[in-house]
Amino acid sequence: MTATQPVSVIEPDGTTQGHDPGLSDEGLLHAYRTMLTVRAFDDTCMKLQRAGRIGFSIPNKGIEATQVGAASALRRTDWLFPSYRDFGMALYHGVEPVEMMHNMYGNARDTSKGRQMPVHFSFLDPIHFYSISSPIGTHLPHAVGAAYAMKVRGEDKVALVSFGDGGTSSLGFHSGMNFAGVWKVPVVFLCQNNGWAISCPSEAQTASDGYAVKAMAYGMPGVTVDGNDLLAVRQVVSEAVERARAGEGPTLIEARTFRMGGHSTSDDPTRYVPAELLAEWEERDPVARFERYLEARGLWKPEDRDRLYAEAAAKVNAAAKEAEGVGPPALESIFTDVYADVPAHLRRQGQATFDLARRKGDAAAGDGEFPL
Amino acid sequence: MPTLTLVQAVNDALKTAMRNDDSVVVFGEDVGPKGGVFLATEGLTSEFGEQRCFDTPLSEDGIVGTAVGMAMNGLRPVAEIQFQDFIFPAFDQIVSEAAKLRYRSGGQYTAPMVVRTPYGGGIRGGLYHSQSGEAYFCHTPGLKVVIPSTPADAKGLLIASIEDPDPVLFLEPKALYRAVKAEVPEGHYTTPLSTLRTVRKGTDVTVFCYGAMVPVCEKAAEQAAASGTECAIVDLRTLLPLDEEGVLEAAKQTGRVVVVHEAPRFCGFGAEISALIAENAIEYMEAPIARVTGFDTPFPNTLEHHYMPDHRRVLDAIEHVAAY
Ligand SMILES: Cc1ncc(C[n+]2csc(CCOP(=O)(O)OP(=O)(O)O)c2C)c(N)n1
Ligand SMILES: [Mg+2]
Repeated sequence: MTATQPVSVIEPDGTTQGHDPGLSDEGLLHAYRTMLTVRAFDDTCMKLQRAGRIGFSIPNKGIEATQVGAASALRRTDWLFPSYRDFGMALYHGVEPVEMMHNMYGNARDTSKGRQMPVHFSFLDPIHFYSISSPIGTHLPHAVGAAYAMKVRGEDKVALVSFGDGGTSSLGFHSGMNFAGVWKVPVVFLCQNNGWAISCPSEAQTASDGYAVKAMAYGMPGVTVDGNDLLAVRQVVSEAVERARAGEGPTLIEARTFRMGGHSTSDDPTRYVPAELLAEWEERDPVARFERYLEARGLWKPEDRDRLYAEAAAKVNAAAKEAEGVGPPALESIFTDVYADVPAHLRRQGQATFDLARRKGDAAAGDGEFPL
Repeated sequence: MPTLTLVQAVNDALKTAMRNDDSVVVFGEDVGPKGGVFLATEGLTSEFGEQRCFDTPLSEDGIVGTAVGMAMNGLRPVAEIQFQDFIFPAFDQIVSEAAKLRYRSGGQYTAPMVVRTPYGGGIRGGLYHSQSGEAYFCHTPGLKVVIPSTPADAKGLLIASIEDPDPVLFLEPKALYRAVKAEVPEGHYTTPLSTLRTVRKGTDVTVFCYGAMVPVCEKAAEQAAASGTECAIVDLRTLLPLDEEGVLEAAKQTGRVVVVHEAPRFCGFGAEISALIAENAIEYMEAPIARVTGFDTPFPNTLEHHYMPDHRRVLDAIEHVAAY
């Protein structure tokens, strides 16, 4: 029932054992371009954060194949319950970089109205990309509840919930898995084991042999997959999605990968990530792995990389420029959406704020830096 | 005397307590080799070893729950919750277990432990890295709630909390972690819990505050003084059990009171101070009590500086009660 040997598809030289990816050539290139866009987004955000233009970002280097491979197994009518490190899932399904940049700047066009930190995206279109909450693990039961609703409403939909190795220690992981098992709902649990929870290595997170084995205790299949192999991730997530659609219940997938950057733009991983370990994983870079696959299929040549990366970077940079030109949200936005209607006490608090700004000038922005 | 930031003083307090008492252990997420995301526990694992300062799995419920067990069996746990915003999985362990253990066992079992956690806004942390949740915990009999605002108090109050026989929630104002350096006595000392600190003397208006709002109130008081209104500023330091005598005395001295906190207004700590004064010293009051607080909304990100009380808002309230 549970396989701890990771499933893989793409050999180190880029060939496969006659694997059918279930994607057209254009589909494969879209997956590749999405990974490059994630990299470009990372690089741009790092620069913007260093230059003080945005406060914070989350690097994705190393985990692009997991994100994109998993997203590619979903239809746009399915629902994603992402973690904050799932940029590629949104991009794959057609969220425009500029929409993400509005959130990075917390501006007036951010779908969260500038209320959330950067990388806490929320989208309804073109796919349900559920509003991200910072507290780890809280979204797993939400995915299970949404999947329960899909089941009772007779919808042909699946919920995929993504979380980290650290997330498996949360209360939400255990109650989410338990309820999903008991209710047999159409949900796929994707544990992205990227080796770290900030500075805590995965071995300090659990005494079990990986994370997929935890599925057994909750009465569902557990599968381990090579998270740096886009096609392997796509395959195992597709199988889990099919099971879910067929009414056969949930699956836990552990994607083994590695966070090649810091936890965030404020983190210095050289303080705790052994250099040899990082070097070992750099050898297994998921983008390079997929390039070798595309090359073996005659879809890619080494000179394509710089050109396609430059195209992606140009789009991301233009997005940043556009987002930077949009002003902050209106002051009123502090008081709306707390409830469906603004209650009297909040109207009073808002009015007092506007009055004070007229009499005493605006509040001054602080210069506090985000620490992690 | 060395000069330290508030977070360095916390670090100094932990080292001092650990050197003094082998039973003190420090744990939480990323507190080990990394030294904590704010570096409050830097150097502890290397000095005291992995048995006394260590990382845990990512579970606040597990962190605080195991602390209760350690505390009842002879250790002095100091658990770190990375951000106060992430304490809620441990709410049950704090409120139902740590705080009630002495009472429910008739004093047979106790939980002398500290939960340290950074709270408050000002780092562009949005909804979940900015909250001030003290009011939830002040509604919990059996728990002590302590909030320092200076480096020297951070050290003295933290050591006192670690040595206290009861569970203490120690809320650290992250906006002040590196805001100033100030003199901090070397070695072991304690600052008694449940005693307020007079930050500034003044005869016209009394301003009650704590944590990150203390320097905001000081700035407002300076501006008020420039136009002839002298404010007393009181740093409450321990919210539970509160120095009620001290609060009433300070309120009576001016008869004009402003209470300031960053947390939302409704059922906030300011309501307790206002009620205490209204019940016991209303005849001394020359003006209605004014509260300056965060709004009754979640904590925003881009507009956080509008949400957090600043010297303008405090000064406006001071002027209002002074002129009443
Ligand atoms: C309940 C909770 N506790 C602590 C944190 C602080 N925190 C943010 S990310 C993180 C590590 C998460 O690790 P993992 O789940 O493996 O995800 P990754 O960052 O590796 O993608 C921690 C401890 C949090 N956000 N929520
Ligand atoms: Mg991780």
